[in-house]
Amino acid sequence: MHELSVCQSFLAQVERIALAHNARTVDKIVVRIGPLSGVEIPLLRQAYPLACAGTVAENAELVTEIQPVRVACETCGAETNATVNRLLCGACGDYHTRLLSGDEMILASVELNVDAAEQLRDAG
Amino acid sequence: MCDTCGCNVTPGNEHLVRGRGKHAFTAEGKVAVEVLESLLSENDKQAVHNRAHLDKYGVLAVNLMSSPGAGKTTLLERTIDLLRDEYRIAVIEGDLETETDALRLRARGVAAIQITTGSACHLDAHMVHDALHKLRLAELDLLFIENVGNLVCPASFDLGHHLNVTLLSVTEGDDKPAKYPVMFRAADVMLLTKADLLPVIEEFDVGRATANLRNLASTIPVYSLSSKTEQGMQTWINWLHQQMAMQRKRLVGGETMRPRVQSDGKRLHGKEGAAPSAEA
Repeated sequence: MHELSVCQSFLAQVERIALAHNARTVDKIVVRIGPLSGVEIPLLRQAYPLACAGTVAENAELVTEIQPVRVACETCGAETNATVNRLLCGACGDYHTRLLSGDEMILASVELNVDAAEQLRDAG
Repeated sequence: MCDTCGCNVTPGNEHLVRGRGKHAFTAEGKVAVEVLESLLSENDKQAVHNRAHLDKYGVLAVNLMSSPGAGKTTLLERTIDLLRDEYRIAVIEGDLETETDALRLRARGVAAIQITTGSACHLDAHMVHDALHKLRLAELDLLFIENVGNLVCPASFDLGHHLNVTLLSVTEGDDKPAKYPVMFRAADVMLLTKADLLPVIEEFDVGRATANLRNLASTIPVYSLSSKTEQGMQTWINWLHQQMAMQRKRLVGGETMRPRVQSDGKRLHGKEGAAPSAEA
């Protein structure tokens, strides 16, 4: 149920980045989500249009990249796939594992639409 | 602080994300910017600020999470009774409505700030920040934050506290760690509350509850206790003493600690303790 506030939070970041680059609009926002982050992608997608209305990202495409749940075993050293409520080592079954991925909620990148003149000035 | 991913655009690293920097143009008039920042970075920055504030005054902040009715407030009442002579305690209470819990705790002689969240199902760092301003931190040792009763959302928000305590009352069933992995993975200690009912609740198996927690690769301590009969309370109190001593030791060394789940920071920045924030 906090997907709307998650949207509002990353849109605030996107707006700041857009402003820093003098971007007119944002074309694309890429987020990386793992199942253990607590963020539900379908809910995030539902909340997104509501949150982005009236912002510089109003027409931006939201790309959600799902991250796999993977663990590294501290006992046998294997790196294996796991599931959200069974984070045991896939090789030896031990529970002394470290999560390698699966709990991400990251704003990975944004694609901005900037004026060509602006780009030229920045580049020079 | 993060010159590898450019997550903080400053005059020092701006060249990376501007012009012909490492973030190449994708097409005419388009710029792709790599960000790699937590989706909740707004919250996380506030949390870092809160924690710095608490550390400055040597306050240990403990966040209590559980379903509604698992016994958070009753546990706090008993805990306050047992620790009042040793520590100066205050509580921040989160509920959708009512001041009931804050009134109960004030009756125990401690300051209690009620946050009514309206329809929000969790506390966030900004709400806690506002509440902190209503407390005299210089006159505190131990701050409990009683989160909104909910096994889902509170787990994802860093409030600026140091430790997460997750309560599971035995009436809820021993399968909860398997059903709510995000919450139970975030715990620094799991308390099985209402343990006085265990003899009549055959369905609840402490071993099974613990096994479900271990399946989440969690090595944290699990304590059974009852706030009503006070069985097992001393173990929990000892844990708090231990945590308080560790906090004081950390502060002498100028260090702090974040609650157990610190998802992005460590991985993004490659080394432990290097948070994407002012903490470094």
